[in-house]
Amino acid sequence: MIEFLNFYLIPGLVLGSIYALGAIGITLTFSILRFANFAHGETMLLGVYITWSLVQFSGLHPLIVLPVAAMLTVLAVLFIDRAFYKPFRASPTIMVVIASFGMMLMIRSVVQFIWGVQLKGMTQGIQRPMVFFDSLRISPKHVMIISATIVLMLAVHYLLSRTKIGKAMRAMSDSPELAKLTGIDTEKVVRMTWIVGGALATAAGVFLAIDTHIDTNMGFKMLLPMFAAAILGGIGRPFGAVAGGLIIGVVEEISSYPWIGTEPLLNPGYKAGVAFAIMIAMLLWRPSGLFKGKVF
Amino acid sequence: MSVLELDAVVGGYGDTQILHGVSMKVDPGEIVVIIGPNGAGKSTAMKAVFGLLNLSGGKVSLDGEDITNMPPEQVVRHGVCYVPQTSNIFPSLTVEENLEMGAFVREDDFQPRLLELYEVFPPLAEKRKQTAGTLSGGQRQMVAMAKAMMLEPKILLLDEPTAGLSPKYRGEIFSIVKTVNATGTPILMVEQNAKQALKIANRGYVLVDGKNKFEGSGQNLLDDPEVAEMFLGGGAAA
Ligand SMILES: Nc1ncnc2c1ncn2[C@@H]1O[C@H](COP(=O)(O)OP(=O)(O)OP(=O)(O)O)[C@@H](O)[C@H]1O
Ligand SMILES: [Mg+2]
Repeated sequence: MIEFLNFYLIPGLVLGSIYALGAIGITLTFSILRFANFAHGETMLLGVYITWSLVQFSGLHPLIVLPVAAMLTVLAVLFIDRAFYKPFRASPTIMVVIASFGMMLMIRSVVQFIWGVQLKGMTQGIQRPMVFFDSLRISPKHVMIISATIVLMLAVHYLLSRTKIGKAMRAMSDSPELAKLTGIDTEKVVRMTWIVGGALATAAGVFLAIDTHIDTNMGFKMLLPMFAAAILGGIGRPFGAVAGGLIIGVVEEISSYPWIGTEPLLNPGYKAGVAFAIMIAMLLWRPSGLFKGKVF
Repeated sequence: MSVLELDAVVGGYGDTQILHGVSMKVDPGEIVVIIGPNGAGKSTAMKAVFGLLNLSGGKVSLDGEDITNMPPEQVVRHGVCYVPQTSNIFPSLTVEENLEMGAFVREDDFQPRLLELYEVFPPLAEKRKQTAGTLSGGQRQMVAMAKAMMLEPKILLLDEPTAGLSPKYRGEIFSIVKTVNATGTPILMVEQNAKQALKIANRGYVLVDGKNKFEGSGQNLLDDPEVAEMFLGGGAAA
């Protein structure tokens, strides 16, 4: 039982938190800008490498340089929106989707060109886990990731439910046409969407880097589970995306628990397939997701 | 000077021309009703005011200022508010948040206006914290109208505010239209329930095939045997 908590459930929640943070950006872009942003994983990647450089440069903890890194990443994303997506604002969705696919490849190449392709670590050394009740072992980095995620989600909740621009984001996600007719500054809403998505993607990427390591494929590997989380929760439902992320993270981890006998139920090599299976099942069974999102 | 004037407006969607020279005007304090068969171009005429289609001819002016082909977000800032025929509320926002969005372009404090409108629409005050998508059709229509009124517009455009409502709500909406108008806001309204609408209207236009067919005071149109036969469900209005 305690082994289940220590090695499956808690790592699942950590992974789920990371998916959740990334999926919020995907679901917001999908519902407000009306396209599936394939470059979102690469936004994460860019954020991670910027953070890594800042850490190397300053010698500070990644969490301390994170706000600066998030800001720089957001600037890059806003520039990309201006230069590559805005010209397609009135075009059919498929054009922006393809543009984002191109951006995905471009950002990754730029990152590989600047930082190289070899593995890197975000933090040095091995941390001793904290022990609770004699046997519940949680490593400090996991505590940090889960608590930082909770703080960020509260911030997103505050933004969307209490501020004018946040409410306008929800309004535009309901109906971009009506938002325009109402006089809502839709370009401002679009910028805010990129800011929130970019900042959360940076945080998600850095948490993943702290938990594991850094490589130039990490963004791409995150893309599928993040989309699965967004779809599971319902497109346009940020808290659905959070629930979806947590579910997928936990299910991925516990799918290799030896539920029957002593062998892992599912070989850990198939973990990535779990997110995909959940996404397909959801699309077939209930395309609007758990929280009644949009169906396009 | 008219508040709103369409002068021989020509336009449509893409290459399809729908309006072939439509003219109408709304004077200060008036309720003006547009009636006509399905597909006549009534909604399209409203969209023409709101910069939602490309006009290839004619002119739209607001208080004498040319607003032809002005984009919607600018038209709002000039004091025209529009309640479209369908999807005219934000269903996942609460009633109050919908009204707050209606006030998006306001920079001053909109709270006093909010309270004023809750007086005009008492059911909304009661349901202010409720998600707008869960309301009944009549109450949604009230949300849509109140949302549009948040800006204290120079003129309010309503596209079929009573469509699909029960007779009880229909009456309620018409009396709200009168109340709103009594506070000094001119109203241009498309209506299928032509008889009831013309009764509260100062003037009316009958639109057929994207052209003006008849126009006159509300009472004149109600009394006109030809209009009555074609658009008021036969026989002169009671
Ligand atoms: N977005 C659009 N794109 C292309 N054609 C359209 C569009 N909207 C309406 N039309 C066409 O324009 C014509 C006029 O439509 P409009 O909606 O103005 O009619 P209406 O008088 O409001 O009718 P109703 O009483 O049914 O609301 C119709 O032939 C319709 O098919
Ligand atoms: Mg219509």
